[in-house]
Amino acid sequence: MNFGFSDEQELLRRQARDLLDRECPTARVRQLMEDELGHDPRMYARIAELGWTAIPFAEAHGGLGLGLVDLTVVLEEMGRHLLPSPFQSTVGLAGMTVAASGDAAQAARLLPSIVNGSAHATVALVEETGRWDAGGVRMAARRSGDAWLLQGEKLFVPYAQVATWMIVAARTADDPADGLTLLVVDTTAPGVAVRPLRSMDATRRMAAVGFDGVEVPGDAVLGEPGRGWATLRRGLDRAMVCLAGELTGTAQRVLEMSVDYAKVRQQFGRPIGAYQAVSHRCADMLVMTESARSLAYHAAWALDNDVPEASLAAAMAKAYASDAARTVASHGLQVHGGIGFTWEHDIHLYLKRAKWGEATLGDASHHRERVAQLLEL
Amino acid sequence: MDFSLSPEETRFRDEVRDWLRDNLDDRIREHVTGDDIEQRRAWQRRVHEAGFAGVSWPRELGGQGGTLMQEVIVNQEMAAARAPDLVNIIGLYMAGPTILAHGTLLRADEIWCQGFSEPNSGSDLASLRTRAAIDGDDFVVSGQKVWTSFAHVARWCILLTRTDASETAHAGLTYLIVDMHSPGIEVRPLRQITGDAEFNEMYFTDVRVPRANLLGEVGGGWRVAMTTLMHERATLGVGLQVRARIALDALRALARETVVDGVPRSADPLVRQQIAQLSIEVEAMRLNGLRGLTKVLHGEQPGPEGSVNKLMWSELNQRIAETALDLLGPYATLAEGDERAPLGGRWAHGYLRSRANSIEGGTSEVLRNILAERVLGLPRSR
Ligand SMILES: Cc1cc2nc3c(=O)[nH]c(=O)nc-3n(C[C@H](O)[C@H](O)[C@H](O)COP(=O)(O)OP(=O)(O)OC[C@H]3O[C@@H](n4cnc5c(N)ncnc54)[C@H](O)[C@@H]3O)c2cc1C
Repeated sequence: MNFGFSDEQELLRRQARDLLDRECPTARVRQLMEDELGHDPRMYARIAELGWTAIPFAEAHGGLGLGLVDLTVVLEEMGRHLLPSPFQSTVGLAGMTVAASGDAAQAARLLPSIVNGSAHATVALVEETGRWDAGGVRMAARRSGDAWLLQGEKLFVPYAQVATWMIVAARTADDPADGLTLLVVDTTAPGVAVRPLRSMDATRRMAAVGFDGVEVPGDAVLGEPGRGWATLRRGLDRAMVCLAGELTGTAQRVLEMSVDYAKVRQQFGRPIGAYQAVSHRCADMLVMTESARSLAYHAAWALDNDVPEASLAAAMAKAYASDAARTVASHGLQVHGGIGFTWEHDIHLYLKRAKWGEATLGDASHHRERVAQLLEL
Repeated sequence: MDFSLSPEETRFRDEVRDWLRDNLDDRIREHVTGDDIEQRRAWQRRVHEAGFAGVSWPRELGGQGGTLMQEVIVNQEMAAARAPDLVNIIGLYMAGPTILAHGTLLRADEIWCQGFSEPNSGSDLASLRTRAAIDGDDFVVSGQKVWTSFAHVARWCILLTRTDASETAHAGLTYLIVDMHSPGIEVRPLRQITGDAEFNEMYFTDVRVPRANLLGEVGGGWRVAMTTLMHERATLGVGLQVRARIALDALRALARETVVDGVPRSADPLVRQQIAQLSIEVEAMRLNGLRGLTKVLHGEQPGPEGSVNKLMWSELNQRIAETALDLLGPYATLAEGDERAPLGGRWAHGYLRSRANSIEGGTSEVLRNILAERVLGLPRSR
């Protein structure tokens, strides 16, 4: 038993912290919030050069063959710095879905360009109902000879604006538990329309993606037709842990900012941190942040090692991190008083990121229900 | 990072499992509880004879000379099997580690009590006034302690006293080990809100304690006491998680088995949300404990962050009991002994007992102070 990081993981964390401290201060984050692309391609290239995009993928695809634990280390730092980037949706979501699908042909076709940083990718799952599950998918894929025809709309697709391809979950059978088929669709295919959504968290880009009679070739299926949810589930579990790690980093930074402020801001002749209404809030923020961290890394380890309760661990990690990051960010804002409510102060950036992360990939209630099911309640 | 057990640890776990399978049954689960000290003592003796009490203590002291990891494994297996708590919890997890860190003299198979709190010194423990005067080779102790759990059955007491009356706070405190059979000690049981009498008042009148029973230095008692409290909150943290898991498993069973109009309470979405949330937090607590344990396994002393676990546990254990009572509707209000009381009133009793969790071993407010001041470095509130 060892809940510690290896020397290599500590090194990776230091490398990520140093780079992002230098290249991604909040002033830069604010510039990118206004930027058309919403991220810095040179930064992405740098990240790929450092090998972060290669971390969780097999050496056969050019990857480093490391695990989700290592990836989570990097994502925690990205969450701490609010890095605006399609990294998580490309590597943690689309990439991990392909890697975990067991579809060797698609992995060989799609992963090398993720690994070398030349492609961005995403997953289009959610529709009008806002559900992150199989039952929420109504958009059908109809057979047309060898190909599939897609008609409908997907919402909340992360970074579809910059994606080269996306994994689209479409309904091909009337089965509430699954009946989905995953199709790998080029974002430039005729009939695909990417319409940006205005995100409350301007450091994150999302889009509505319309499919108007989009023809997808028969060899674009990822995994088995009709079993798409089972395949996607494995990818989502991994992406949830990535996001839980990211949210932990976001919460950690808010905790530090709030504690620093509580030490220097004076009212009634004393630092506000001497008042227990403030300091106990900070203590609670610490408990939540540490717990989110423990759950995220344990889930990453569980998925890396394919232990039987890995899915449960992932659901727990996402449920907890969703609540924790939002609560910590709200507490942080409260500790800052009026200055914390200004656009100029950074705290709202973290609050908005926490709010985005909470709702993305299934919120806390969604995953608590899954926990109840997995515990056979 | 590796949460799995090594082959030797797996073998040891199987040994514990086999023993529990052969030695633990529902009769023991139901009867070895609460006030029935003789039954609890007998269970403790059996566990000790099997080699599963004081696992990580040296053999010379009645322990097994095992590893801390083996201790954790025993704790976890006991939880999974819903085994009764060991009555000598203070000896095993507080006195023991303190004495191992600061001196020697101890046996793993006797019951200990902790004489820290006084009527006027609770959270502000360092203000305590029980006097220990040095007289030749002895300390002579006079004063009053209160809320001392198990004092009425203990053989030994870890006692915090003041040797220097001119000092009012941390300086001038001295840590002694007192034989509870010494003349001059009077123990008066106090009835708790559950009706049980687990804790006591203790009166010391000129009680002679040999100098050999000094732990640490004269005037250096605070540092020793902190070792006890850190262990109470860290090492015991692993045990606390186990107790929370036992309570949680029982809550899940209760939700499934409580059927109203043909529908189990576990089908209610709100109940499912609550129990899932509690399950997640108990798991978070287990994992936080393992992070602390990793530090201890690497030879570091537990630090103030162990307070995280004690804080989480008290509030979780209270919420588990509250949720159980919510499930039971008006039946929750029936006391032990009423024939309609679900499970003999065990949840009602558990709910009442859990109210002490956020007071004993440091109140939740004091623990938050520790986290704020010692971990986060915020200014002192006092
Ligand atoms: C079931 C049970 C078993 C116990 N067993 C033992 C035992 O075996 N040995 C032993 O020595 N003691 C034992 N105790 C005593 C326990 O450690 C004390 O009750 C505890 O430390 C609180 O002290 P107090 O009761 O004097 O309350 P007080 O310290 O008077 O506290 C009263 C209230 O004020 C709050 N408060 C106090 N100071 C502050 C502050 N600085 N900031 C914010 N809030 C504050 C407290 O949190 C609490 O809510 C036991 C208690 C219980 C309930």
